[in-house]
Parts: sequence; structure tokens; C-alpha cells
Amino acid sequence: MGDWMTVTDPGLSSESKNLSQYTSETKMSPSSLYSHQVLCSSIPLSKNVHSFFSAFCTEENIEQSISYLDQELTTFGFPSLYEESEGKEEKRELNIVAVLNCMNELLVLQRKNLLAQENVETQNLKLGSDMDHLQSCYAKLKEQLETSRREMIGLQERDRQLQCKNRNLHQLLKNEKDEVQKLQNIIASRATQYNHDMKRKEREYNKLKERLHQLVMNKKDKKIAMDILNYVGRADGKRGSWRTGKTEARNEDEMYKILLNDYEYRQKQILMENAELKKVLQQMKKEMISLLSPQKQKPRERADDSTGAGISDVEDDAGELNRESIWDLSCETVREQLTNSIRKQWRILKSHVEKLDNQVSKVHLEGFHDEDVISRQDHEQETEKLELEIQQCKEMIKTQQQLLQQQLATACDDDTTSLLRDCYLLEEKERLKEEWSLFKEQKKNFERERRSFTEAAIRLGLERKAFEEERASWLKQQFLNMTTFDHQNSENVKLFSAFSGSSDRDNLTVHSRPRQKKPHSVSNGSQVCTSKLTKSLPASPSTSDFCQTRSCVSEHSLSNVLNITPEETKPHQVGRECLNQTWSLASRPGSQEGGCSGCSLACTNSHVDKDDLP
Amino acid sequence: MNFSEVFKLSGLLSKFSPDGKYLASCVQYRLVVRDVNTLQILQLYTCLDQIQHIEWSADSLFILCAMYKRGLVQVWSLEQPDWHCKIDEGSAGLVASCWSPDGRHILNTTEFHLRITVWSLCTKSVSYIKYPKACQQGITFTRDGRYMALAERRDCRDYISIFVCSDWQLLRHFETDTQDLVGIEWAPNGCVLAVWDTCLEYKILLYSLDGRLLSTYSAYEWSLGVKSVTWSPSSQFLAIGSYDGKVRILNHVTWKMITEFGHPATVSNPKIVVYKEAEKSPKLGLGALPFPPPRAAARPFSTTETKYEIASLPVSLQTLKPVTDRANPRIGIGMLAFSPDNYFLATRNDNIPNAVWIWDVQKLRLFVVLEQLAPVRTFQWDPQQARLAICTGGSRVYLWSPVGCVSVQVPVEGDFHVLSLCWHLSGDSLALLSKDHFCLCFLETEEGAGTA
Repeated sequence: MGDWMTVTDPGLSSESKNLSQYTSETKMSPSSLYSHQVLCSSIPLSKNVHSFFSAFCTEENIEQSISYLDQELTTFGFPSLYEESEGKEEKRELNIVAVLNCMNELLVLQRKNLLAQENVETQNLKLGSDMDHLQSCYAKLKEQLETSRREMIGLQERDRQLQCKNRNLHQLLKNEKDEVQKLQNIIASRATQYNHDMKRKEREYNKLKERLHQLVMNKKDKKIAMDILNYVGRADGKRGSWRTGKTEARNEDEMYKILLNDYEYRQKQILMENAELKKVLQQMKKEMISLLSPQKQKPRERADDSTGAGISDVEDDAGELNRESIWDLSCETVREQLTNSIRKQWRILKSHVEKLDNQVSKVHLEGFHDEDVISRQDHEQETEKLELEIQQCKEMIKTQQQLLQQQLATACDDDTTSLLRDCYLLEEKERLKEEWSLFKEQKKNFERERRSFTEAAIRLGLERKAFEEERASWLKQQFLNMTTFDHQNSENVKLFSAFSGSSDRDNLTVHSRPRQKKPHSVSNGSQVCTSKLTKSLPASPSTSDFCQTRSCVSEHSLSNVLNITPEETKPHQVGRECLNQTWSLASRPGSQEGGCSGCSLACTNSHVDKDDLP
Repeated sequence: MNFSEVFKLSGLLSKFSPDGKYLASCVQYRLVVRDVNTLQILQLYTCLDQIQHIEWSADSLFILCAMYKRGLVQVWSLEQPDWHCKIDEGSAGLVASCWSPDGRHILNTTEFHLRITVWSLCTKSVSYIKYPKACQQGITFTRDGRYMALAERRDCRDYISIFVCSDWQLLRHFETDTQDLVGIEWAPNGCVLAVWDTCLEYKILLYSLDGRLLSTYSAYEWSLGVKSVTWSPSSQFLAIGSYDGKVRILNHVTWKMITEFGHPATVSNPKIVVYKEAEKSPKLGLGALPFPPPRAAARPFSTTETKYEIASLPVSLQTLKPVTDRANPRIGIGMLAFSPDNYFLATRNDNIPNAVWIWDVQKLRLFVVLEQLAPVRTFQWDPQQARLAICTGGSRVYLWSPVGCVSVQVPVEGDFHVLSLCWHLSGDSLALLSKDHFCLCFLETEEGAGTA
């Protein structure tokens, strides 16, 4: 909203502002309201001024308007528009400079005001957006609050329900407990009642029994009797004795004897068991001592005073116990000794085991330490190595970074970028590039050669045409000018000699043009080089033939050449010349053409001869 | 395993003499004494009425035959067949009769437990013991026969009297802290007396011979309590079977519980072997069925044979739903017995009536469960070794030993329902009792104890 507002003219914006102001007035802070009011009051003013100006000054009221303006301006603190005059009566002159200054100042002021207005507007916009944001935030938070409140209410409801349930359950539990209590009470009361009843019944029953007993037993029942043939002897063969106090005492004695026997038997058993257990304990102790004694030296050395003392104590104890026959000792002392010693032993064993554990851990640690000591140098070396490696790696990274930067800087160069893209293949790429350039060169050469060949062919065709035309013209001339036969003949001879010179040109050149040998000789001097070239370049058969022929020729002429110009065959020159030679070889079709044309000419000549023959 | 021929019997009254030489059996009003080895009739006594109870004297010289209906006891001597003795309790009536350990006195309990009359065979003297308690097990003698403990009830309180059997002198008389004492039992060493309260309350009291209370044990309250109690032969353990289906074992040093054996209906511990009796599928091949069906007599086995199978765990045993609104519900440990070598304890939970549980006492854990096809009626340990004989009221007898168990068909014509059994002293033979017959089963060889 703010963006397009800034573009629109102030009046419109102010109106819209007004609208927005009125719509959002209720929620605005007082400060922002204030700024808005200021803004709104300032802008319509300027508008009014504009509209006012149209009707403000006319032809008639210039003076009044000037004076009015002067008044106004002076009241606003501007210098007077009129020149300072001595007499007040005089009509004051309008000071143009002052007017202009005033205008300027007013304009400046206007601009400033506009700027301020703009600022205020933007601020207003900002504040408006802030306001919106805050409003949206507020709405969101309100929503959140609402939802959380709802949630809370829901939770409260659930809590209430659960509490209700809980209360119900509590109530149920209480009821159940009450029920249980009641039932228990009932059971107890029933039980007491039952017991009471039982007792009552039993008493009745007992009474009845008593009565029955009296009735049945007291009456001398004849029937109750034993009918026996004769009394038998007692099982033990003794005679029955009278029941007296003596027998009673004897019975008591016997009973106690039996009880005593039983207790003795049990005591014996327990003693035996005890002895067994003691034996086991003793054995255990001995074993423990024997187990502990070998290690005991070391721990003592390790300044474990308490355990060492314990061990010595135990040893003393053991000695004592061994000396005295412990089985004869009363139970308490033996037990105390035994338990004490066993406890000590056990403590020792425990500490020993703990120590062993510690030792084990220590051994582990020591092992590490030993290794460390042994390999300290190695370790240092290793660290050095590693540091070196790190440095190398850093360098690598640096170079890579550089390359990357270069690549970024010169991203246009395809070759370099491609090279930089994988710098690992840098060398290879370079090599390949070299090869590639070589290849390109070769290709260029080939192209050139081909072009030359085509050119030569074209030229040949043209020459042939020309020759044909010449021939035709010549034949015509022959036909037409039979009289000028001799002259023509001499020309013909000349022509023939010129053409035949190509067939054995070397001889001709050797004889007629000895200076031309120089390049030939040079080329022959660098025979190796050329051969190399021919080897590397797939030379056309014609050229190779040509070279061969030429080399053959050169062999003849070499001695002469060397004799003639020995100073001129310098290695540098040779190299250059060699290259030139190759170039010349490729680019000088003239000689070949000459040869070829000569051949063709010869052929044509033969044809001509044949033609002539008939 | 050999079986004797079948002899007539009435009232399941057949007993080996304590010295193991004779076998007494009753047929109506006749008492037959046979030689154990030859089974020939040595003596035949005729009583005045149908015999209801017989008992050998400890020295195997006399046999007591009680005819409760008549209030009569007749005693016969094995050495002097002409000797006779008849005790008439007259109008007082008779409900129980037993020998004293010396074999020269007979204790007769009159009707309504008015008194116990001690008749001597040596002298004319007759002793009376008043107020005996009418209960399950009110009289108990020590193994050595010196002392007798007797439960008494006076003025609605339980008392125990300890008598010296040699002269019937009262040695100790003390009140017990019980609601309604139900049983007493001497430890085999004769120095500790176990006393248990009525089933309405779980309470075990242990008294010394001199009447001191050694300990009291109660596992729980408000529920049916002790159902059966037995001492281990070494007097080391007291096994208490209760209505909650558990056996609790007390030790003899502290009289505290060492362990409790539950009897759950499902056995899932893989260490436990469950032997399940299963009917052998009758082999009915085409040719196996002879055309003229043989007479019933030719086929001694009227029912199909059975064998034991080792059941794959977990096994759920057949349970009986107890009727809770009746007295003496069929739940809880009704039977328990230690093997003579103390190594095993056999129990039966009355609501799993088909199963016998054998516990390893050394390791204090369940060892074997035998599940029968029919409810177990009774079981008894071989007096010489860890071998348990079980009968279920069918025609088979079952033997278990640590090596395995076997189901043996009694090869008898007609129906022979083994209702009870009793071992010979030597453990070589076993008397199998049915309603009308009995036979002996000889186990001299070990071949019978093979695994099923």
C-alpha cells in the first residue's frame, strides 16, 4: 500500500491518508495520530495557497497584494520587501533583491517542507506497516490466547471429570472398604456367635454325655466284659508293676531321657554340620591365603599398608588357629575368630580383586604408555610427516583456490577453463594440447596442399584450354597462312625446346642456370630433416617422387654445390632453409606443374604426333 | 510282574502282618490268615458277626476284629488257634478299636466318644480314659510305642494328654491353643507332636514331648485351612496340605516354612515331566479279528489297555469345579505322602483328582506329574524304595519310580476294580483290593518298572 502511495501526488495521498487515518484512527497511538494531523494540515495549506494565488493578485491590487505579502512576510520574520526609506511618508520602493531572496528562501523552505513531509510520510507508512504487523501479531496472539484458553477449559473440564471419577472411585472404594469392614464385622460376629452357640451346644452335649455316661457306666453293666481264655504274657516278658510314685518319676526320667537323646542327637548332627562348615571355611581360608600370599609382596611394596597389615594379621590368626586345635574351642570364640578372620580375608580378597581390576586397567594404560615411550621418536616423525603432509595439502588447496580464482577471472578461455576444471590432468592436458596444436598445424598443411593441388588442377585445366585454343588458332593459322610456314616453324622449335626442357630440366638447369642449385643443395644437405618430415607427414606420392628424383639429382650436384658455396651451408640456415624447403615443397607447385604440364604436353604432343601421323 | 489268583474279600479288609509273614483278610464274618509266600490258608477264624475292622498286633501274634454294630471285639492268636478273647462294650457301644503298640492292650472308643477303654490281655485290669475328642485323628502313638498322645475336649477347650503306654500313666496334660482341634500326629522320632486346628482356621501347633509349645504356624486367615498333614520319615519336614491347593513345608529347626508347592492346573515348566495316561488304540487289523468272536472268558482284559505318554508342555490338567455351598468341598490337598527315603513327596489336589504330583524334596521343586484317566483313589509308597503305587478304581494299577512309570492291567477274569492297595513290608508284593476280591501282585524283578 505504501509503495504506490509515495508515487501519487501529495494531495491525493493526503486524502487517502485522511481516509486511512479516519479508518484506523481508533487504533492508532496518539503520537502517530499527531504526526498524521500535522501532515494533513500542512498539505491542504499548500493547495489552498495555489488556489488562492489565482485570485490573489490582479492588475488592480498589485500594491495591496505586495503590501499584504510584505506584512505577512515580515510577520513570518522575513526581511521587508520594500527598500528602506528615509521618510515614512514616501512611497516605499519594492526591493526586487529582497523579493527574490524571500522567494528563494520560501522555495528552500518549501523544499525542506516537502522533504520533511516525505520523510514523515515514509515514517508514517513504516509506522502503518508496523501497526499492521503488530495488529496481525495481536490478532494471532489473541487467537492463540483463545485457543489456549479453550484448551485450558477443555483440560479443566477433563480434570474436573477425572476428579469426579476419582471422587466416585474413592467413594466406591470407601463403600467397598466399608462393605469389607461390615462383612468382616459380620464374619467376626458370626464367628463369635457360632463359637458361642457351639460352646452352648457343646455344653449341652457334654451335659448329655455326662448323663449318658452316668447312665451307662455307673450302672454295673454286666455286658461290659472281656471274655478271655487265659491271660497272655507281656510282650517284653516282664510282669506288670504297680503304679506308684516311683513309676511316675521313672516315666518322667525316661521321657526326659528320650528328649535329651533327641536333643543330643540333634546337637551332634548340628555339630557335625558345623564342623563340616568350619572345615570348608578353614579350607577356603587356607586357599585364600595361599592365593593371596604370592601377590602379597607386590601390594605391600605398592604401599598398601592397610591390606598388608590385614594380611599379616590374618597370617597370625591363621597361625594361632592352626596351633590351637580350634575344634576344641568353645563355639563363641571360634566363631568370632573364624568370622573375623574370614571377614578380613574376604576384605583382602575383595581389595585384591579390586586391585587386580585396577592393575588390569593400569596394565592397559601402562601398555599404552610403554608403546608411547618406545615410539616417541616415531611418533614425532609421524607428526612431522603429518605436518608436512598438512602443509602440502594446504598448498594444494591454495593452488587450487588460485586456479579457481583464475578460472573465475578468465572464464572466457575455454582451454584454460577446461584445464582448470580438472587440474589433476594438467600435464596431460598440456601434452594433449601440444599434440593438438601439432595436429592442427598438420591439418592446416594438408589443407594448404589440397588447395594448392586444386589450384594447380584448375590452372592446368585453364592452361590446357589455352593450349587447345592456341592449337586451334595455330592450326587455323597453318591453314590460313601457308606462306609463313618457316617463321612458324622456328617458333615451334622454340616452343618445343621450351617444353622439352622440362623433361630433362635438371640437366638444363645445371647447365644453364648454375645459381638455381643453391636451394636444391640446401635441401639435399638437410636430407634427414626432409625425410623426417616426409615420414611424419603423409606425403603425396608425387612429392615424394619428386623429392627422390630431386635427391638423386642432388647427389650429382652436391659436390659441385659444396665446392662452390661452402660457407653458405650453415646449420641455422640449414634448419631455416629446411623449413622453407618444406614450405616451398608444399607451396611451389610450379615446378611440378611444369613437370606435369610437360608430361601432358608431351602426351598431347604424342597425340598430336599421332594425329599428325595419319 | 506276576499276579496271584483272586481271593474273596469283604469290606476291603486285608492286611499284611507287621512282620510280613502273613496276610489277613476278611470274608464277611470269617477271618482268613494266609502265608504271604504260598498264599495257603494258615488259619481261619470265625467271628460272631460281619467284621468291620481288623488290625494286627505289633508283634504279629494277634489279630483284632472289630464288629462295631455289635459293640464287639474279638481277638485271635496266631500261635494258639484255640485261644480266644471277646470284648463286649455293651450298651456303651463301639466306634473304634485299636491295639496299643505293645500288642497287649486294646483301646476301644465308645459311642459318642464318652470314654476310651483300655483292655489288657495280660491282666484283668481295665483303664478308662475320659473325654476323648471326637475328631479325625485323636489318638497317635509314637513310633517306638512308648507314648500315646490323645486329644481331649473338656469344657469347650482342647487338651492333649500324653500317656506312657507301658503302664498307661498320664505323663503330660496340657491345653492347646486351638479352636477345634482336628488332628494330632507324632513326628517319627517321637519328640514332637504336630497339632492342627479345624479347617476353618489355618493353624499348626508343635509341641514337645514334655508339653512345651515349640512353635505355631499359620499361613493365612479367613479361609479354609489345613486339610492334611504328614511328617517326613526323617522328622525333618512337616508337610501341610491346605484348602488353597498348596503344600507348605516346615523345617524342624526353626519350624518356619521352607517352601510352598502350588498345584496349578497348567504345567508349563519344561523341566517337569508330565506322564499322561492314554488308552492304547486297539489294534484292529482285518485279520486280527477272528471270525467266531471268542468268548468273553478267553479275553481276560475286558477294557482297553492304557499306557503312559509324555505330554508335551504346557499341559492343562483336568480340574473339577468344586461345589462351594456344601461342607467339605473337594478342593485342596487331600493326600500327601513322603517316600520312605525322604526324596519325594506325592500329593493329590482334590480339585484336580486325576493327577498325582511328585515333588523332589531335595531340590524342593515339582518333579513329575502323573495324569490318570480316572480320579486317583489312593496311592502308597513302596516301604523300601522310591516307588509309588497308584490306583484309580479301575482295573489297572500304576507304578511310578524315578526311572519312569507303568500302567499294569490286572489279569483277572471279570471286573476287578482296584479300590485300594497296600504294600508288603519288603516292597516285593502288593495287595490289590477290590470290592469283593483281592489279589497279590509280585514285583520281585525290576522289569515292571520300565518306562511306559
